[in-house]
Amino acid sequence: MELQDIIKEENIVFKKTKLLNDKPLSYCPGCGHGTVHRILMETIEELGIDEQTIGIAPVGCAVMAYEFMEIDMQEAAHGRAPALATGIKRVYPKKYVFTYQGDGDLAAIGTAETMHCCNRGENILIIFINNGIYGMTGGQMAPTTLEGAKTSTSPYGRDVSTMGYPIRITELIAQLPAVRYVTRQSVHTPAAVRKAKAAIKKAFEYQAEGKQGTCFIEFLSNCNSGWKLSPVQANKWMEENTFKYYVPGDIKDNFKLLKNPIIE
Amino acid sequence: MSELRLMKGNEALAEAAIRAGVDAYYGYPITPQSEVMEYLMKANPEKTTGMVVLQAESEVASINMVYGAAGAGKMAMTSSSSPGVSLMQEGISYIAGAELPCVVVNVVRGGPGLGTIQPSQADYFQTVKGGGHGDYKLITLAPASVQEMADFMKLAFDLAFKYRNPAMILSDGAIGQMMEKVELFDPIPRRTDEEVALQCPWATTGRKRGTQKRVITSLRLVASVQEEFNIKLQNKYKEIEEKEVRCEMLQCDDAQYVIVAYGSSARTSMKAVEIARKNGMKVGLLRPQTLWPFPSKQIETLINNGAKGFLSVEMSAGQMVEDVKLAANGKAKVEHYGRMGGVIASPQDIYEALKKFAK
Repeated sequence: MELQDIIKEENIVFKKTKLLNDKPLSYCPGCGHGTVHRILMETIEELGIDEQTIGIAPVGCAVMAYEFMEIDMQEAAHGRAPALATGIKRVYPKKYVFTYQGDGDLAAIGTAETMHCCNRGENILIIFINNGIYGMTGGQMAPTTLEGAKTSTSPYGRDVSTMGYPIRITELIAQLPAVRYVTRQSVHTPAAVRKAKAAIKKAFEYQAEGKQGTCFIEFLSNCNSGWKLSPVQANKWMEENTFKYYVPGDIKDNFKLLKNPIIE
Repeated sequence: MSELRLMKGNEALAEAAIRAGVDAYYGYPITPQSEVMEYLMKANPEKTTGMVVLQAESEVASINMVYGAAGAGKMAMTSSSSPGVSLMQEGISYIAGAELPCVVVNVVRGGPGLGTIQPSQADYFQTVKGGGHGDYKLITLAPASVQEMADFMKLAFDLAFKYRNPAMILSDGAIGQMMEKVELFDPIPRRTDEEVALQCPWATTGRKRGTQKRVITSLRLVASVQEEFNIKLQNKYKEIEEKEVRCEMLQCDDAQYVIVAYGSSARTSMKAVEIARKNGMKVGLLRPQTLWPFPSKQIETLINNGAKGFLSVEMSAGQMVEDVKLAANGKAKVEHYGRMGGVIASPQDIYEALKKFAK
């Protein structure tokens, strides 16, 4: 069989979603952002809700998410994405609204906006990329940086006695009664990607029900540039270290806590 | 139907917001403007016009909620007082940088810091000269009565949407708290989603397939692109300066000396002009209703018509006086008189200052 005979419309097994354009992504090769962008846009396309969806980009590595996603989007100030999302959702309760935020954006400077948005049970989806570092500004300590981890602002390792503990904000958020769905996912293996995509789908389906309740998905991601590891090494390091402190899996579903969020 | 009522300034503003067809109010309580949200919560316009009223967790959150709703083409507003408005400066700068229409109300109290809850005009610089980062301007309306608290609500939105620019209503604790007769304008229905789409094709309401996506952002990483945008903004500001100056002139026709005052200070200055006239002084009052754009040309005209001096009367250490000086451009004497810290100058105080000034 000739190659030309194989390259045919009916033989296509994978197609890039139309909701991601062909601009080169601004993320480092090996980073999880690109994969999360893809499954997020795929899900929106598959659910057919692209004409009703408004996304909010953060400040951080994903600051230009709106450059790649082919839907209406707004770019927020650092940490304020949940406030913008609230502002939009309240005047357009039937539209789908999501925020896309990193750990510095969501768990440091935007903690108040995040907690109170979730406490009001805004019917939106918060996507939280946790790579334990400030990637965009060159590898500084994040609120989620693990104890002992070396970054450019914790060059001798994170000392929890002076720098505080890595914050499990996802577990904190799960405690809020108006939060409907909380899960921690990753995109470092094909199996994880499939599970993560199913979580996004569930969150949008919940949002469609119009019931008061926030959906919150944390994605554990590597930052091979910031961690100064190859992508493969970074993913291995993440499995061996990050997953022990930030345990992947569903934490809350349909307003019910699935496990004690206080981890030993 | 238009309707006569006796109301506080803050309440008149809130009622006017409902009547103007505003879509959303996001706010945080602070004295002396808490009546705005209290009135709105009690009126519960969500049940009548569909207007959203939400108490946010902070002024930082409220201004960013306004940002979101404004980016989606809705008429969104917030109100606060000085310390709260300081917290909003980041959001205001982003809104200006994203060219979004919205209205922010500042019922000014004395500062710096936590200061006092008494009326002040010490936020003139913050409002008119920047406040947040970057080269931007806020259309600034200065009400001097409860009537104008109501009327400027609608005007502020009209101007904000006309120019896709944030507008500020710069009031003060006295105007916000005092009660006066007010004639409320007839309610205007909120725009339908179709009308919003027609008026605001740039708004993020969901991209229709086969059309360009809409992006609301203030990020322009390439220097030349940012500069091009800055030039566009400056051209817009020039147009606003040419077309949107509003002011009131009282007894200025033959005035040798002119008081320049806005808000509460203008009210006390009116009485001071009356006293001065009784005592034979040829004095007038120029009351800017827009602080930016500032009535500079009007000041120039008054100088050409024989005005020798301008006394800027403000409840501050002297802020607007700088704009009066720039307008006078050395062709007339300009001085400031004012009280600070929440103290309101009496008409007699102003008259005495005027006598000294005219010597």
